[in-house]
Formats: sequence, structure tokens, C-alpha cells
Amino acid sequence: MSITALDSLLKEHPFFAELGDEYLELIGGCASNVKFAAGEQVFREGQDAKGFYLIRYGRVAVELFAPGTGSITIQTLHEGDILGWSWLLPPFRWHHDAKALDLTRAIHFDGTCLRKKCEEDPRFGYLIMSRFSQVIVSRLQGAQLQLLDLYGKTDHGKPEND
Amino acid sequence: MESPKTTETLASPGLDPMLPRPFVLKSIEQENVDTWTLELEAVDADGDLAFEPGQFNMVYRLGVGEVPISISSDPTRPERLLHTIRSVGAVTGGLCAMKPGEILGLRGPFGNAWPVSLAHDSDLVFVAGGIGLAPLRPAIYQVLSERRRYGRVVILYGARSAGDMIFAEELETWRGRFDLDVQVTVDHATGDWFGHVGVVTTLIPRAGFDPTHTVAMVCGPEVMMRFTVRSLVDRGVASEGIYLSMERNMKCAVGFCGHCQFGPSFICKDGPVFSLPRVERWLDTREV
Ligand SMILES: Cc1cc2nc3c(=O)[nH]c(=O)nc-3n(C[C@H](O)[C@H](O)[C@H](O)COP(=O)(O)OP(=O)(O)OC[C@H]3O[C@@H](n4cnc5c(N)ncnc54)[C@H](O)[C@@H]3O)c2cc1C
Repeated sequence: MSITALDSLLKEHPFFAELGDEYLELIGGCASNVKFAAGEQVFREGQDAKGFYLIRYGRVAVELFAPGTGSITIQTLHEGDILGWSWLLPPFRWHHDAKALDLTRAIHFDGTCLRKKCEEDPRFGYLIMSRFSQVIVSRLQGAQLQLLDLYGKTDHGKPEND
Repeated sequence: MESPKTTETLASPGLDPMLPRPFVLKSIEQENVDTWTLELEAVDADGDLAFEPGQFNMVYRLGVGEVPISISSDPTRPERLLHTIRSVGAVTGGLCAMKPGEILGLRGPFGNAWPVSLAHDSDLVFVAGGIGLAPLRPAIYQVLSERRRYGRVVILYGARSAGDMIFAEELETWRGRFDLDVQVTVDHATGDWFGHVGVVTTLIPRAGFDPTHTVAMVCGPEVMMRFTVRSLVDRGVASEGIYLSMERNMKCAVGFCGHCQFGPSFICKDGPVFSLPRVERWLDTREV
């Protein structure tokens, strides 16, 4: 992808909105195109988290591996979604597996490069951190709702036996 | 008020709304591990079976008791009466264990309807969780029978897992239609599921409807509806355009006994379908 195509893609994406040209250029400097075939592993739990992905098209399953049960998909991500936040926080290792479900194209943002820029420019660091906090919070909320068992147990009040 | 207890209380149509009318179980089909769809036929073949989408019957398992159950069949074909029942206790368990040919009692239909005609010329989004697809299905049939009157029609359905879904084949058929956008999600999945994973609220931000011209109809457990309405409002759907079916337990179904009081409303006579502004403050209330 050309620099201008990447530039306009980032500008239009809500995740990068209002970062300003200067910071978008910084981020663009850490970006590269990647492609995964259907069924290909994007990353595995425990591996070094080298950055994050913006999915351009395709689908990725975020999975947990449980011995005896196998892989359980806990979330699917689609075009426009951000995949991966473990690159931002020590120990910089993936907490889950991720696997492409279809042919998937994405932009990969290099974590080491971005972290260096965050440290050099705390304002940039804050803007990145606050955006990733939203990613983490929305994942946390998703997990909480899954725990609540939204459709199974009913809590509509007790019938009285009078 | 006492539930009827004996077969002698089964009544003829048009009589006392407190007396059940006899129906024969024509067929019973298992939907998932704890849910069955019962097809019923009136013993008195000439009685009226008309109903509106969203209405429910009081279904009486002889000798066990009576429970409110929404009608899950097509209101444009009222002669084919279906109830989809999740076995959670004595009465629902008794109903789900019935064999074709056995007799049960029905009172109804009771309650108000999904306001499908309010959505004419607007986009319409149905959001269902678990067994909540059953009370919405008649409204979906109604809309499909006059499809041209609506804008985009979106069905968002969430279930715990692929095996917990109801009406799976029908969802697949609907998904094949060009004039319907059907999205199904499960909470978690193993290798045999290739669809979306995440709770139903995660489908709302990207679903294809115009929030400023949308009517939403939501049905599922209360906790699911609470989070769903938040996501719909966040997306920009007006509270007045969001309708919910409240299924708190009830007994008499005609507004006498107060069992199903929900804030100032009685679910049986004022509902079960309410617009969000009417029930909003009770949705977040822990005890009503
Ligand atoms: C208007 C309306 C429409 C309904 N439509 C359907 C339907 O289409 N299909 C269906 O399967 N069920 C439906 N229900 C719920 C159904 O009426 C209850 O599951 C049933 O009354 C339980 O009776 P039981 O004797 O089998 O279980 P009980 O022994 O009375 O209860 C077993 C368990 O279920 C819980 N429970 C009881 N009633 C309800 C309720 N209303 N909501 C949630 N939990 C409850 C109890 O707290 C208890 O934990 C509807 C309820 C209402 C009010």
C-alpha cells in the first residue's frame, strides 16, 4: 500500500481519529502490510507480542486453548477491528491465540517502534494508551457479559406458590 | 387466584377467560437440549385461533399447572399454532415431556402485540437472545409477509453456543434471503462453528440499519435486554423506537392478581410488549 493510501486509511478509521497528521505519520512509519491464509495462525499465547493489527478484510478468531477441550473461540474480529494489545504492557506476550478464519489482510504496527515513540513523546504515549484502554475495556466487558450467561439463566423473578 | 386443577374445568371457546380450552398435541420437535416446539390443534375445530405477534397463551398441563407461553407461529397462518417451551420447572418440564395425542388446556391469546406497523417505511431490527427468538418469530413472519413496507430488516440473534440455538434451520433459510440481514453470534465456540463469536450486543455497532430511522424489537432474558438497549441507544436509536417483551412470571393473565406487576404496569394486561421509556427505570431496578 502506498504511503498516501495508508495515510487516508488511518485518517478515516475511528481508532486513529483526531490524532493529527504528525502523529499519523509517526504511526504510519511503524506500519507494514500482512496477509494470512484461512486457517493460518496469526499468533499464539505466550509468544512475544510484537505489535498490533488493523484488520482490513477477513476474519480472525481469538482463541483460548484448554487442555482436554481444545481451542475455544471467545471472540471473532472483522474488517476495521483492532487485534492485540499485549504489545503495550509488560511482559509483552500474547494472552490468547489468534487464527485467521478467512483470507485476511491487515496492517501490522510494530510494537517496539511504537513504544519507543511513546516514550519519546508522552503526549503521543497518552493518546495511544487511552485508545488501547478502550480496546481492553471493551474486551473486558465482553468477557463479563459472557460470564453473566446472557441467554441461559433467567432472572425474571420468582414465581410464588400461593 | 387458584389455577384450574382438573380436566373438568376445560371449557369451550368464547366462555370465561379463566377457563382453559382443550387442545391436542399434534407434534413435538426438540430445538435444543432443553427446548421443544409444540404444535397444537383445538379439540373444537371451529374455534377462533387468530392472534397477534407477541401475544401469549396460558398453557395448562393437566394436573400440574399453568404457565404463560408466547405463541411462536405465523400469525398469517393461525390454524398452525406453535409454542416453543424451555423446560425449566414443573409445568414447562411437564409440557415438554408430552406425547402426540395428549390433551392440554389453553387460555388466550392474551397481551398486546409487537407494533410491527409502526415500523412501516423504517428500518427494523430484531434482537433476540436464547429462547427470546420464539416470541419475536411471529413478528418476523408478519414483516416477511409484507416485506415491501419496510426498509432494511435485520435479525441479530445470540445464543450461548451453536447447540443452544433455536430455529437453527429457519435462521439459515432466512440468511439466504437477499431482503434480510441475519446475523447470529454465540458466546463461545469450538472448531465446528465458523460464525461470529461474542455476545449479541457486539453485533449492534456494525449492523446495517440507519439508527435515526429504526424501530427495534428486543426479546430475551432481562439482563440481555438491559445491555442490548444500551447498545442500541449508543448506536443512536431513539428510546421511543425500542420495544421489549417483558416476561416476568404471571398467574391470572387478566390483570386481577398482581403477580406480574412491573413498576406501575401489569405485564399481562399492559404488556408483555413495552416501549423502552415505559420500562426503562424498572430494567435497572433489582427488585420490583
Ligand atoms: C408473557 C410471557 C411469555 C413467556 N413466553 C415463554 C415462551 O415462549 N417460552 C418459554 O419457554 N417460556 C416463556 N415464558 C416463561 C415461562 O412462563 C416460565 O418459564 C414458566 O412459568 C416456568 O414455570 P415452571 O412451572 O416450569 O417452572 P417453575 O418451577 O415455576 O420455575 C422454575 C425456574 O424458572 C424460573 N422462572 C419461572 N417463571 C419464569 C419467568 N417468567 N421467566 C423467567 N424465569 C422464570 C423460576 O424462578 C425458577 O428458577 C414466558 C413468560 C411470560 C410472562
